[in-house]
Amino acid sequence: MSCCAAPLISDSARETLSASRIALLEDLRANSKQLVDGRVTYLLSAPAIHCGNCINTIEDSVTKIDGVTDVRANLTMKRVSVTLDDTNRSLLPVLQALEGLGYATQSLTAEEAGGSDPEFKVLVRSLAVSGFAAANIMLLSVPVWNGAEGATKELFHFISALIAIPCVAYGGMPFFRSAIAAIGRRRVNMDVPISLGVTLATGMSMYESFIGGGHAYFDAATSLLFFLLIGRVLDHLMRARARAAAGNLARLSSKGGFVVNEAGELTYMALDAINPGMRLRVSAGERFPVDGTVVEGTSDVDRALVTGESEPQRIADGSGVEAGTLNLTGPVDMLATRAARDSFLAEVTQMMAAAERGRSSYVRVADRMARIYSPVVHLLALTSFTGWMLWTGGDWHQSLTVAVAVLIITCPCALGLAVPVAHVVSASRLFANGILLKDGSALERLAAIDAAAFDKTGTLTTGEPAVALCQIPEGAAAAVAKALALRSVHPAARALARHLQGLAETRVTELHEVPGNGVEGLFDGKRVRLGRGTWVADIAQRRDSTTGQGVAFAMEGDELWLTTLTERTRPGARALVSALEHRHLPVTLLSGDGQTQVAAIARELGIADVHAELKPGDKLAFLTTAAQAGRKMLMVGDGLNDAPALAAAHVSMAPASASDIGRTAADFVLTQNNLTAVAFAHRVAQATGRVVRQNFALAIVYNVLAVPLAMSGQLNPLIAALAMSSSSIIVVANSLRLHLLRPEAGAAAVQAGSPQSMIAPLAKEAHA
Amino acid sequence: MTNLAFLIPVALGLGALGLGAFLWSLTSGQYEDLDGAAVRILRDDDDKPRP
Repeated sequence: MSCCAAPLISDSARETLSASRIALLEDLRANSKQLVDGRVTYLLSAPAIHCGNCINTIEDSVTKIDGVTDVRANLTMKRVSVTLDDTNRSLLPVLQALEGLGYATQSLTAEEAGGSDPEFKVLVRSLAVSGFAAANIMLLSVPVWNGAEGATKELFHFISALIAIPCVAYGGMPFFRSAIAAIGRRRVNMDVPISLGVTLATGMSMYESFIGGGHAYFDAATSLLFFLLIGRVLDHLMRARARAAAGNLARLSSKGGFVVNEAGELTYMALDAINPGMRLRVSAGERFPVDGTVVEGTSDVDRALVTGESEPQRIADGSGVEAGTLNLTGPVDMLATRAARDSFLAEVTQMMAAAERGRSSYVRVADRMARIYSPVVHLLALTSFTGWMLWTGGDWHQSLTVAVAVLIITCPCALGLAVPVAHVVSASRLFANGILLKDGSALERLAAIDAAAFDKTGTLTTGEPAVALCQIPEGAAAAVAKALALRSVHPAARALARHLQGLAETRVTELHEVPGNGVEGLFDGKRVRLGRGTWVADIAQRRDSTTGQGVAFAMEGDELWLTTLTERTRPGARALVSALEHRHLPVTLLSGDGQTQVAAIARELGIADVHAELKPGDKLAFLTTAAQAGRKMLMVGDGLNDAPALAAAHVSMAPASASDIGRTAADFVLTQNNLTAVAFAHRVAQATGRVVRQNFALAIVYNVLAVPLAMSGQLNPLIAALAMSSSSIIVVANSLRLHLLRPEAGAAAVQAGSPQSMIAPLAKEAHA
Repeated sequence: MTNLAFLIPVALGLGALGLGAFLWSLTSGQYEDLDGAAVRILRDDDDKPRP
């Protein structure tokens, strides 16, 4: 995004482009890759790619655009890479073509666009190398187990050593590094006994091979690495997939805005360049880039994603607006009062950072296990060593061999797989049911929750209102009202349009939107209005009782009709609340919205513990107080105001429609609309916890059987190889059982949002 | 014993060949779009390699 970059778009085109479009183009340019021959490759995210036909459609039509030299659609990552022949060529035609085909595009963050992930490549290379070593050494070991003697046995050991030493050194790196890091922090994790076992097995086998006798455990060391690396690679794949899927979700924060200079010209400026005192123009449908005050224009603003308020508010000269809120109906000029880094969003980010620091104390199950396991096995090895020293009267070679054998056999191969394999299987089950899991430890935390807290607007409700009560009589009036409603993007108008869906509409002339008031038009020579009560009442015959919520409709000189709105609950919300209560998880409602709206929804869903009109700090305080009282809360929320609470909760979830920052803070992202997914995720988490515990038990049973053999000096490489492989296979097979989990049939059935089941208190007011 | 002197290098050589082929396929980006590869094979257009 440098200032000397070639112009992205011509000046004439600039005026017709929205701020978000320009931001997209600038972002794409910033993350583009220059090829040596002067061509440029852009990487776009296109979440709508879902089948083989999409690949054909995209590649065939984009190739035809002037200047495109190469295009490739990636079905797995849902991305398109486009190569243009010249740095100065605009990407705009490509974007327009893709949009025309129905593939909305967005930019990727620098991190996501950074190409394939280096850590994954290292892991796969290590896996390949140790797989090669394990297979070949195993082949060489079979003749030795079958009784090869003398020179043949020595030769085979020697070749095995030649293969094993570089392979262990390379393939073991991920484990050695993690073990050293853990010891540096004076902690113990599973990688410590793994590294110790592998290096000791290789070291002792080398020594035995060179003195020309005894047992060699090269096969055990390399196959152990191979199995463990499979676990690591799968674990990494799972997280990479969830990250890619989360990155493809729509970005909702604005990245810049149009600044108006003294001469009245508009220039696009990136978010960081906008300073207090600048005058910005925000058109309808855009989000406000920074905090500020309205200086010209009237509109309505949707704060749902920022503060949790469900009703759009009218803004006019002098009203304050927060960064991230959505401008609904008319263009507005605002004076920036705070820079982006000091805005409301930044305050929330700081609160989140503080909340996250408080949570980092969680220790994963595997590491807790390692804390007990490591001292026990190291003590066992030491006991064997001293025992054999005493028994043999000081034969240190024999004693050391036995001690090392104990460490080899207790090397936690199955334990190393116990957690990652179970998590990977569960994550793929969750993924198939529209739940993205960002991190395996979130599953462990979710299984342990003892209470749940929900945000209202956008989480338990869809954020889109529905018509509760419509006075407008069918016939001409409804037809006119529908025509007016279709003109506006205001949520109330959209709700009315949906409500009147089945009816015919009439032609209304001179349709125009009056920002902050509603829609006006001419029908049959008379003015017709849909919108704010007082404004509509100006032309109506009856002028009383026009305050309150909802929309009013009138034809000039005629009766005034009121329509009241209510929030729609998300499908499955009711079923979810009762499912959680059934599992003895008390549910709390935390909302930034007004008392009446919150109470109505709480009554509908049967939630008793309700807190309304909360600021972000209040939600955070609620969660931290609960944590201090020892309660493990699940927090589900979507807004900017929920983000600190999401970060502070024991575990958190956000719907896909959540603010960017909310999705980043949450451990799980729900990509489907039905809320019963939350209950399913909880069930999967508990089943995973059970399987992990079973896996630990299985691994320990194997140790209990094998350790006496090793301590008595009876261990040989065949037994070690068999024991390790079989315990790993059992653990993997046990984890695969998680694949059988299905969402409950009853819960999956769509429980439709029920606007009719409650007449909001607003409706009653309107009746009065 | 002479059989072994011949067979073991052959076995290891083949193994190394496989390993090399895998590492090459990894660096040449063949695992970047596994789902896409599955459907691309069904594309009906000319199957000339990309220039």
